[in-house]
Amino acid sequence: MSAGAVSNGRYWIAHNAGVLTAAVLFAVMFTLYVSNHSAGLTPAVATTAANKAVLLALVAMAQTLPVLTRGLDLSVGMVFVMTNCIASAIVVGTVGEGLVGIVAVLAIGALAGFVNGAIVVWGRLQPIITTLATGAVYYGIALFIRPSPGGDVQSDIADLLTGQVFGVVPAALVVLAAVVLVVWIPYRRSVLGRAAYAVGSNEQAAYMSGVPVQRAKLLAYTLAGLLASVGGLMLTFNTYSGEASAPIAGSYTLNSIAAVVIGGTSLFGGWGSAIGSIFGAFVLRTIEDLLFVFDLPPLWQPLFQGVVLLAAVSLGAFRILRVRNRLELLT
Amino acid sequence: MPARRIPFLLAWVDALSDRKPYLELKRISKRYGGVAALTEVDFSVYPGEIQAVLGENGAGKSTLIKIASGVTDPSDGEVLIEGRPVRFRNPTEAMRAGVVCVFQELSLLPELTVADNLSIVDPPKWGGMIDAGAQRARARALLKRVGCEDVHPLELVRDLPLSRRQMVEIAKALGRDPRILILDEATSALTADDVERVYAIIRELKASGVGILYVSHRMREIEALADTATVFRNGRRIETFNKGERSVDAIIEMMIGREVTHQYPDKPAPKPDAPVALKAANLTWGREIQDVSFELKRGEIVGLGGLDGQGQRELLLGLFGVLKGMSGSVAVDGKPIALNGPRKAMHAPLPMALIPEDRKTEGLMLPMSVRDNMTLAALPRLLGRFGIDADKESAAVNDMVERLRVKTPDLDAPVSALSGGNQQKVVLAKWLMTAPGIILLNDPTRGIDVGTKQEIYRLMRELANQGAAILFYSTDYAELIGCCDRVLVVYDGRIRRELAGAALTERNLLQSALNIDAMEKAA
Repeated sequence: MSAGAVSNGRYWIAHNAGVLTAAVLFAVMFTLYVSNHSAGLTPAVATTAANKAVLLALVAMAQTLPVLTRGLDLSVGMVFVMTNCIASAIVVGTVGEGLVGIVAVLAIGALAGFVNGAIVVWGRLQPIITTLATGAVYYGIALFIRPSPGGDVQSDIADLLTGQVFGVVPAALVVLAAVVLVVWIPYRRSVLGRAAYAVGSNEQAAYMSGVPVQRAKLLAYTLAGLLASVGGLMLTFNTYSGEASAPIAGSYTLNSIAAVVIGGTSLFGGWGSAIGSIFGAFVLRTIEDLLFVFDLPPLWQPLFQGVVLLAAVSLGAFRILRVRNRLELLT
Repeated sequence: MPARRIPFLLAWVDALSDRKPYLELKRISKRYGGVAALTEVDFSVYPGEIQAVLGENGAGKSTLIKIASGVTDPSDGEVLIEGRPVRFRNPTEAMRAGVVCVFQELSLLPELTVADNLSIVDPPKWGGMIDAGAQRARARALLKRVGCEDVHPLELVRDLPLSRRQMVEIAKALGRDPRILILDEATSALTADDVERVYAIIRELKASGVGILYVSHRMREIEALADTATVFRNGRRIETFNKGERSVDAIIEMMIGREVTHQYPDKPAPKPDAPVALKAANLTWGREIQDVSFELKRGEIVGLGGLDGQGQRELLLGLFGVLKGMSGSVAVDGKPIALNGPRKAMHAPLPMALIPEDRKTEGLMLPMSVRDNMTLAALPRLLGRFGIDADKESAAVNDMVERLRVKTPDLDAPVSALSGGNQQKVVLAKWLMTAPGIILLNDPTRGIDVGTKQEIYRLMRELANQGAAILFYSTDYAELIGCCDRVLVVYDGRIRRELAGAALTERNLLQSALNIDAMEKAA
């Protein structure tokens, strides 16, 4: 049995090479950051870093699901901002009222994702153009709710989820871990989660194998909306307000795609993991922090992010060496 | 006897012989547009029988399988399972009813593991989630059953060689507990050992009462395995007979006999001293092309015959430089050339052109205009001082439209607006603009109307008479006989026979396509 376990382990490493690479890259960068930070690794430093990084990590997780089905969700950033604005209006009052508000915000996020999925599946429109359009609608709703920045949030919940657990562990990381445990892992091991990989790998073969293609896509987009709204909630808890900011919506959408790629997920679908996207998001965020501790002008940030992205994409290009029919390179 | 008693009588006879078909097709017809793929076919498969399905390319075998396995709906007629009418809306419903198909185009998901693929529809679960351990154990058991203990359940399908994938595909079908198992050319990619293993599995299944539908082009396999055989021709069922009731000759006779509907241009007298345009020596690429050598002379139309998928497509792609790692040598006009991509092939001493198989994916940019599509490959010839010379371009396009009689509302109309035949003419025009000396044609008349087909035949002969060398792959034997000066018959990646002159008959073509000469020699 131990021989079997060893070979299972070998395959596990091969299947998760992308995730592991991103994790190692993050570990190296974060060590570099902490060892050059004047305060070192204090709970406060870790919490600040985590609060920022978890926002992008959640949006990147959301992006991963449609990408796995060989789609794309350009509305994740807009759902993120829209749920931020909604949360700043309804997650208020007592703790009990706040919790009800949280549930409502999550439901709205899932609904937004479901609408995307429904248009893609039943309307047979391309994901990219569908979510570009619905994203504009969601941003419009955000603007309607918060024409100017403002609002409030239930502060007990906010402080709990952005502070530290036992005074050490950043609570945001606990939230992220909970999302992984409650959403991602069950999804990854469900029939519809498997179906999403199958659809992304080869939709025709999936259909021929009797895979529930449509339901898999619907669920992928719906969960993307849900995860983006978790991000929107966390943003509200960090800022105590809502803001319909177009730059935030746009940059989170684009960075989520970058994080997905750095995390080893193929934009051609069928291959990858939301865990990789989390590390991808952490890598992108740490670049910013590194520029800060090394006193480099923040203007260099896009350049460094671009270089990291290019390096990540190049790693995926090795498969080209194995292709026998040149036409296969072009699909 | 009153007519209404007959069903009762039939039921009684069935009960007596204890043979009720599990799967039955009644008066099934299928039309694609105006073309009939199947016409009023009655067909049944009994539990515990191995039935071979025979027929030429386009005889209706694949349509039959698609209907039985729920991939397409029949236009007319009824499908019955154990006597009850059913209507499969998708492959899943057919599988639930016990009809499982091993498809020729593999239905495996390359980015998923073998274990995932084997349990893709009904994975073992634990607490609502997929139980990875149980799934691995199930995969190991299924792999063992097909003799693939060397495949690890966690390997990705994309990392497996083709022959292993095919075995995994068979294991996947077995995992669905079929009552009727359809094998469509399931052994085409297998090694000899695996084929034996598959035979053993098939016999095992037969013993346990599974009905097997076996589509194969290999007469030897059919003789070894089948209890009964059904021959199809032109979308009709010709005859069903038991093992040993018909000779191979008689079977071939049944498969031939398509009506001749086309007129072909006259063939010129053979010119044995014409210069050689292309000489290929010992071309080999994986299992698909094996040690292929031949010559192509100027002014000659050489056909590639044989059953579908014996390596003809790969050979054309290989000559055009699309395949990586093909060994052997190719000389054009006496000078050796490197097979290194279409651009190289287009600039060979005699420019080469390939009319691809699927015009929609490899031939045309559908949303682009007729003009842009036609000039795409020949743009360097149309350059003026300031980029593309619009006058030159228009003149060239008009010339082609006239020469090939392309029916288009406007040169700037998107090519997607044209009929299939006219689209194919645009593809031809695109390559004729490059003034090719060697033209490779990959089944150029598939799915286009009769009138356009005849224009293409005429055009081919005209080009040959002007000195072009043409290599012409077609799945239509009548077309090969009508158009070609010689035909090379390909079987299993090798050229098995060359037919020319009086020997170029449908009977000879089919016989060599089925590799019967070699079988007789071996026997």
